[in-house]
Amino acid sequence: MTPVLQVEGLVKHYGIRGGLFGRTIGHVRAVDGVSFSIAPGETLGLVGESGCGKSTVGKSVLRLVEPSAGQIILEGEDITALDRVGMIAKRRRMQVIFQDPYSSLNPRMTAGDIVQEPLINFAIGSRAEQQERVAALFARVGLRPDQRGNYPHEFSGGQRQRLGIARALALGPSIIIGDEPVSALDVSVQAQVINLMVDLQEELKLSYLFVAHDLGVVEHISHRVAVMYLGKIVEIAPRQSLFEAPRHPYSEALLAAVPVAHPRLRRKRVVLRGDVPSPINPPPGCRFHTRCPIAVARCREAEPPLLADASGHAVACHLRAPA
Amino acid sequence: MSATLTAAPPRKPVGLLRRMRRYPLPSFGALMLIALVATALAAPWITTHDPFEMNVVDRLQPPNEEYWFGTDAYGRDLFSRTLHGGRVSLAIGIAVAVASTLIGLLIGVVAGYFRLADAILMRVMDGLMAIPGILLAIALMSLTRASVGVVIVAITIPEIPRVVRLVRAVVLTVREQVYIEAATAIGTRFPRLMLKHILPNTLAPLTVQATYIAASAVLVESYLSFLGVGTPPEVPSWGNIIAEGRLYVQIAFWNILFPSVFLALMVLSINILGDGLRDMLDPRLARRL
Repeated sequence: MTPVLQVEGLVKHYGIRGGLFGRTIGHVRAVDGVSFSIAPGETLGLVGESGCGKSTVGKSVLRLVEPSAGQIILEGEDITALDRVGMIAKRRRMQVIFQDPYSSLNPRMTAGDIVQEPLINFAIGSRAEQQERVAALFARVGLRPDQRGNYPHEFSGGQRQRLGIARALALGPSIIIGDEPVSALDVSVQAQVINLMVDLQEELKLSYLFVAHDLGVVEHISHRVAVMYLGKIVEIAPRQSLFEAPRHPYSEALLAAVPVAHPRLRRKRVVLRGDVPSPINPPPGCRFHTRCPIAVARCREAEPPLLADASGHAVACHLRAPA
Repeated sequence: MSATLTAAPPRKPVGLLRRMRRYPLPSFGALMLIALVATALAAPWITTHDPFEMNVVDRLQPPNEEYWFGTDAYGRDLFSRTLHGGRVSLAIGIAVAVASTLIGLLIGVVAGYFRLADAILMRVMDGLMAIPGILLAIALMSLTRASVGVVIVAITIPEIPRVVRLVRAVVLTVREQVYIEAATAIGTRFPRLMLKHILPNTLAPLTVQATYIAASAVLVESYLSFLGVGTPPEVPSWGNIIAEGRLYVQIAFWNILFPSVFLALMVLSINILGDGLRDMLDPRLARRL
């Protein structure tokens, strides 16, 4: 089956300008060669700490930021080089839910107008049909259709995120990029929104690229999980395989940091020392070697390739590479 | 089902009187401005004399029953001339405010949205700001025949860069908002993006700026007329009346008293209204300016 979304060698470097004439004096290597694919109806969780480039991956895929290199293939078609107008047509197939439900809704538009806007953009149906569709979308995401005349500030955080989901669903996309869609919400509300997303996935056969820094959330929603560190994927594996037997030392450390909801159960503690190195000047060899508890000399020189075993569990580590 | 749902719940109406009690000073400014505008608009019907008619016998009369504000050196009725002068000031104030706001809005949007245009346009605007308005007016007047239209152009040009800077600043801020990114993601095209998502944010600061421009234009018009490079001398404007009355100020002070008071009240009322609008429309702006 062709993947809904395939990303090959995605790179995004941000130029740093400085000096008298604004010359480019360096690059932030936000994303440095990321590849993955997402099958129809599948959710890929993308995790990593702040600044590892996971959000940039999401926005590059949507072409909200221009990738520096690599290929983005949506439903078998390369969309990397599409111009603005060509890209607009593809927006129907690929949608986004943003992290901050406050700033991602125009405060001067009513909730109904916000959800109706994608339908207006693509001239889908008459005004009356659009209104009906908006009402149906409101009901589907758990909002009362009579709230359509309200403004975003009259909604709670969770309701606003439901509005964001309704807006993303309006065009009937095949894949939705969630850019930390629940990070800004209370834990109780997070669960509701995640459950809504899972229900919608089953009902509409959606694929998700779910960007998050919270492993607990990712474990609940994902079929496969990719772990990013400093602009690269260090491990990508089916959910169960990753959560039960992480191979990369960074994944181990991330998993060890997830609190366990049992008073006597203790996980093996893996505490990372030091800070993330600067993405302007990433360390040579394996990017994780400066903080890795098991690093050896080779890690400082050669960059480990991302190698998969037969079960599809891939890891980029010299010491833990599949045989 | 949809028919019952389309109607939004009615919003609580905010009474004009309640609002006026909350903002007493701006309301006072608005009322004063309305009174001044009304006298200017109604000038042909409420004036007692033809503003151009000369009665040499009655020259330099102090205010009396016949001539409420007295007469000037040609025996023209100052009450009638002052009210007619208000029409010129009002027309110029409104014309300059509208013209500079519209032109500035257009240039500001282009400068704020397109980076290449920004560099060029803003240098041109810097250049425009460096030209003193009065010199520009004198230059224009010497190139063309004096008329109200030329005065409007001369006052509008130096005001444009101020509007451009304001609009550009708003556009630069708003275009980085996540909801603009969201609008792009749902396929919103450029014209709609501008009209629905970006421009509404300029409305409040622009309204405020337009009132300040109007007040400043009224004042600048009278400077220019006073210096003899503004409204042609045969048209009664406050600046013209004051300029002519200046010669007789020691024997007939009312020649400059009444137009000056009207000028001051007009500028004052517009500024008070502008301050009030600023506070009401955009509390953040109130702290910044």
